[in-house]
Amino acid sequence: MVLSYREALNQAMREEMRRDSRIFLIGEEVGYYQGAFKVSKGFVEEFGPQRVVDTPITEAGFTGLAIGAAMAGLHPIVELMTMNFGIVALDQIVNNAAKIHYMSGGQLSVPLVIRGPGSAAHQLGAQHSQSLEAWFCHVPGLKVIAPATPHDAKGLLKSAIRDNNPVIFIEAQLLYGTKGDVKDGEYTIPIGVAEVKRTGRDVTIVAYSKMLLLALETADQLSREGIEVEVIDPRTLKPLDLSTIVASVKKTGRLVIVEEGWRFCGLGAQIAESVYAAAFDYLDAPIQRVTGEDVPMPYSRPLEDAAIPDKARVIEAVKSVCGIQ
Amino acid sequence: MDRGDVLFLYRQMLLIRRFEEKSAEMYALTKIAGFLHLYIGEEAIAVGAIAALRSDDYAISAYRDHGHCLARGSDPGHVMAELFGKATGLCQGKGGSMHLVDAPRRFMGGYAIVGGHIPLATGLAFATKYQQLDLVTVCFFGEGAIPSGQAHEALNLAALWKLPVIFVCENNRYGMGTSAERAIALYADVAETARSYGIKAERVDGMDVLAVRDAMRKVVEQVRAGQGPVFIEAMTYRFMGHSMSDPAHGHYRTKEEVDEHRKRDPLLLLKQTILNNNLGAEADFIQLEREVGEAVTAAVRFADDSPFPAPSALYTDVMREE
Ligand SMILES: Cc1ncc(C[n+]2csc(CCOP(=O)(O)OP(=O)(O)O)c2C)c(N)n1
Repeated sequence: MVLSYREALNQAMREEMRRDSRIFLIGEEVGYYQGAFKVSKGFVEEFGPQRVVDTPITEAGFTGLAIGAAMAGLHPIVELMTMNFGIVALDQIVNNAAKIHYMSGGQLSVPLVIRGPGSAAHQLGAQHSQSLEAWFCHVPGLKVIAPATPHDAKGLLKSAIRDNNPVIFIEAQLLYGTKGDVKDGEYTIPIGVAEVKRTGRDVTIVAYSKMLLLALETADQLSREGIEVEVIDPRTLKPLDLSTIVASVKKTGRLVIVEEGWRFCGLGAQIAESVYAAAFDYLDAPIQRVTGEDVPMPYSRPLEDAAIPDKARVIEAVKSVCGIQ
Repeated sequence: MDRGDVLFLYRQMLLIRRFEEKSAEMYALTKIAGFLHLYIGEEAIAVGAIAALRSDDYAISAYRDHGHCLARGSDPGHVMAELFGKATGLCQGKGGSMHLVDAPRRFMGGYAIVGGHIPLATGLAFATKYQQLDLVTVCFFGEGAIPSGQAHEALNLAALWKLPVIFVCENNRYGMGTSAERAIALYADVAETARSYGIKAERVDGMDVLAVRDAMRKVVEQVRAGQGPVFIEAMTYRFMGHSMSDPAHGHYRTKEEVDEHRKRDPLLLLKQTILNNNLGAEADFIQLEREVGEAVTAAVRFADDSPFPAPSALYTDVMREE
């Protein structure tokens, strides 16, 4: 069945909410407005305002409330209108959600999903265009998921909802309308398992979320030039499935990591370090990273384009690890 | 007034007092480290408020949490062991003084970010309402949390959704070294902050355990019945410094002021009431002192004799497995 990314998320939540009455959705405009990005379309009709809870603009307050509700046995899904506003709730996410299980010596747990769109869309300006996944990955006690396809989005969101830990689930705003094949019927995708999205012998590209689509497009183009790229989507950033990445690097001997987030302390640095530790002897060239520029996202179109990885930069990185040019 | 009741309240306050005095000693001996915020002088609030609860109601607190935890019935040995960082501590040594949790007693924790646990309390109350349980959640915090955004967000949500939560503001007049006058616009009537959200609010004498209990008993029933949140401002005073690294008075208050408040020691006040009403005699207090003293000594012995967590515990409970 072909579904949009948005519809896949909608199905995942709908099926889970039908299955388990402890699950509720809470956030700004999730109910009567049906979601700022229409991910919760039709929810308030089906589940009622008790389970599809519209909130005032109080990210810290309602995220904290959801954490408290999770401590008392519910399973909240918090929709952040965009992940940028998660910064307002960061105290709750970092100081409470991530720590309560540990601090209590395992007595309390926080089964919670915090989801919403991340990264840049078209010229939304600096405060609405951030890729903050590295922030969340840095904090012990959180799981972080960033699916790229409708199929992965559905299967992983269901797993996130069933997980007994706080999970940050980052959707990319520009992915909502993208379409893809989604398996019929009930399925989940385990958290912590990467997928080889395209096989190849010459270079491995690791890319997630929106950047996966860029990587696949680039790989097709490079294939016409005779370079066969293997593309891996970690899908879940924490826990990270290193073994799939390492196995691929051992085969190709070359690695390019593509991420939209800022370069400094970015996720790619972590992946590179891990691959150096596990497979240094297999590398034929230094690992290359293609990242967002270390600047607040500019508004102006050409500047915005310059701040985000594009095909040309990915091609350049691939050719450089191949020793071409 | 019932003899059994009042002696029980006195015993609970005495346990907290002696437990904390012993904790201070243990801190001096470096058996306890980190921040240690004592509740001495404020015992009547935790004891009075919790006495009005059912055992399945939720309570949650900030970092000055020993009193609430003990009042909820936690075993002093396990609390002391937690302060010692031992494997037998309530949280297996992972929490410490500021993060006591006793889930079986519905004590949902102490939290160290000022204002940060108030949304959690509204969430506990949200859950009980969602589950159609007739439980109330009591949230203890200092007046220093009142100006924080998280407190306001939580008050608004609790009022908006009529959540069964009782906010107990322990107004001891100082947040560290900053007096309420220098921090809170409505310092003369902090409860007004809650009223501005449409929350029923009242002020009680936080040195009088019976006044706290009676006020709580009244509102607990209203809140349990679904009438929405209530805010109680309990006027109190801390006799010690903000934490162990702080003298009893500092640059921010005078010794005379502290001594003045000590005249209204909640233990002293209740003892007077008990004696005046012939509900107990000196012999009862001597007996209670002995019992509580033994309990605290046993707690220290238990903590001392307990092992530290194994190194492997470092990595347990980061994530819940399964
Ligand atoms: C958000 C935040 N800022 C600052 C601190 C440091 N701090 C710890 S306790 C405290 C004073 C709080 O006073 P109050 O809430 O009145 O509680 P009390 O200590 O009087 O019980 C401060 C400033 C903190 N823990 N959290």
